[in-house]
Amino acid sequence: MENRKENPKNILSKVLEVLSTMASKPSGLIGLSILFFHITLAITSPWFVPYDYKAIDPTLMLQAPSSEYWFGTDSLGRDVFTRTLLGGRIALTVTFFGSLIALLWGGLLGIFCGLVGGKIDDIVMRIVDAFLSIPWILAMLLIVSLLGTSIEVLIPALGFFYGKGIVRVARAATHDVIAKDFIASAKARGHSNMSIIWNEILPNVRDAILVEGAMRWSWMLLGFSSLSFLGFGVSPPTPDWGLMISNARGLMSFAWWSVISPIVGLSSLIIGINLTADAFAKALGIDRSTKAPV
Amino acid sequence: MFFLIFKRILLGLITLFIVSLITFVGTEILPGDACTTYLEREAYGAALEACYKRLGLDIPAYERYLSWAYNVIQGDFGYSLSGQMPINEVLGPRIKNSMVLASAAIIIGIPMALILGIITALWRDKLPDIIISTLAIFSMTIPEFISATLLILIVAIWLEWLPGIVIVPTDVTFFELLPNIILPVIAIAMIMTAHMARMVRSSVIQVMASDYVQMAILKGVPYWKMVFKHVLPNALLPAINVVALTIAWLLGGVVVTEVVFNYPGLGRLVIESISNRDLPVVQALAIILASIYVSINLIADVMTLMLNPRLKTLQIRK
Repeated sequence: MENRKENPKNILSKVLEVLSTMASKPSGLIGLSILFFHITLAITSPWFVPYDYKAIDPTLMLQAPSSEYWFGTDSLGRDVFTRTLLGGRIALTVTFFGSLIALLWGGLLGIFCGLVGGKIDDIVMRIVDAFLSIPWILAMLLIVSLLGTSIEVLIPALGFFYGKGIVRVARAATHDVIAKDFIASAKARGHSNMSIIWNEILPNVRDAILVEGAMRWSWMLLGFSSLSFLGFGVSPPTPDWGLMISNARGLMSFAWWSVISPIVGLSSLIIGINLTADAFAKALGIDRSTKAPV
Repeated sequence: MFFLIFKRILLGLITLFIVSLITFVGTEILPGDACTTYLEREAYGAALEACYKRLGLDIPAYERYLSWAYNVIQGDFGYSLSGQMPINEVLGPRIKNSMVLASAAIIIGIPMALILGIITALWRDKLPDIIISTLAIFSMTIPEFISATLLILIVAIWLEWLPGIVIVPTDVTFFELLPNIILPVIAIAMIMTAHMARMVRSSVIQVMASDYVQMAILKGVPYWKMVFKHVLPNALLPAINVVALTIAWLLGGVVVTEVVFNYPGLGRLVIESISNRDLPVVQALAIILASIYVSINLIADVMTLMLNPRLKTLQIRK
């Protein structure tokens, strides 16, 4: 509350400070490096992949790894190395923007509910609880079979579905803040409601919401790749790790390489995001380990 | 206390009511309906109308919801479209198979999680904690379909110890099912154990730092006596709720695991019914899965209330 107006320079130095706290522990450093590696790869990979990801060649079916095809080829003769390098692009894009949407609507609705309380709060929380009690897989499958599997559907669908957990966290954090003395004194000073939300409440609930959003990102990635795996995510021939694993799975008794590379890609990205989110939570002083993954 | 339990049950029922509305509306606005799916290209004219009439789709949606809800309350989910048989008959064996899978995973997972959680908390930041915690992070973050696929690749294909894919009819006896469920159970239990062990760990650490435990140490209470008498009862209480939420959350993971292993349970039915647009089955599944979620949470709430002496006196204040 001391620094009423946060100028851009302050925010930048705060970000750098949080990043350096995160990197000061080995697990945080590993997480950040993996995430950085994956993001760099996703941005730059189209310029240096050795082959065309959708070039089908029946004469090259299920080749073992060689100097020409580093990770071998898949059942359609496509280069597994190329497809693995490209496989994270869609997953990262969809889940990143999905998390942003989840953060926005979940955070805003949560703060709103925490502020107004009463009947409206009760009704909204009932509906959120109802959505929480539908298993994520069933809800996502319903949404996807209702609206299709294009990226324009997947991003808002995932964003909507994973935002409901953020509503709870944002509401609880707002409840904690709203009973504090400085809110009462701001009211007594005659500040407008908007000014109280912006200057008093938001800075105090921001950390909790951001940490929740970071965790949602890794769960959303899990949800998205599970959908791809089940055949309800992105459609072929798009290179996507979940889809690659599901296609290569039936043949893994004699072509294990085509299933191992996407597995390594997806697992490392999820672990990277998870470690980063954990370190982020610790750097902001929030204990997440007692929370259930809902 | 009874007032609190009653309130929880009421809230659970309201939640289920909203779930039923959401799924009914959700399946109602799916493009195409049962008749167009069932008749495929012959879906026009008299045949289509006859089908609508037969399935009762010619009456308004809210009336259908009311009669559907009325039947569901009496335990009748109606008829499946693809199999043309009562949904209860479709669901029965599937529920049994999934229950076998889930309870085996819970029976293995909870004691393992307790032991591992307590070990990591008592030896915090020492070697056992570092090893177990690292393994836990791996097993809880890697998606179910990846750990399941790796299990099949290593145990079933490379080592050839167990069958990798479950090829049994839906209604097998328990002992025929047993060798088939080992790998799926391991896949589910791994993730569950990791999640719960982490919660037990932080809960125990929190209690260990509390004043009364410090007091007990100062008083000279023997270490293990203190752990079992003072720390664990207080540490495990808050963990119950979180464990319940985790189990409920894993319902989604069970679906994926069942698909990977081709296991004839509820999870595979979810995928099959959505692919076939078998809407009555989808509705039934949504209600059943949501009821499981709500009742697990309810049981956890009631258990916490019963075990927490502080909450028992709440009714006097109310």
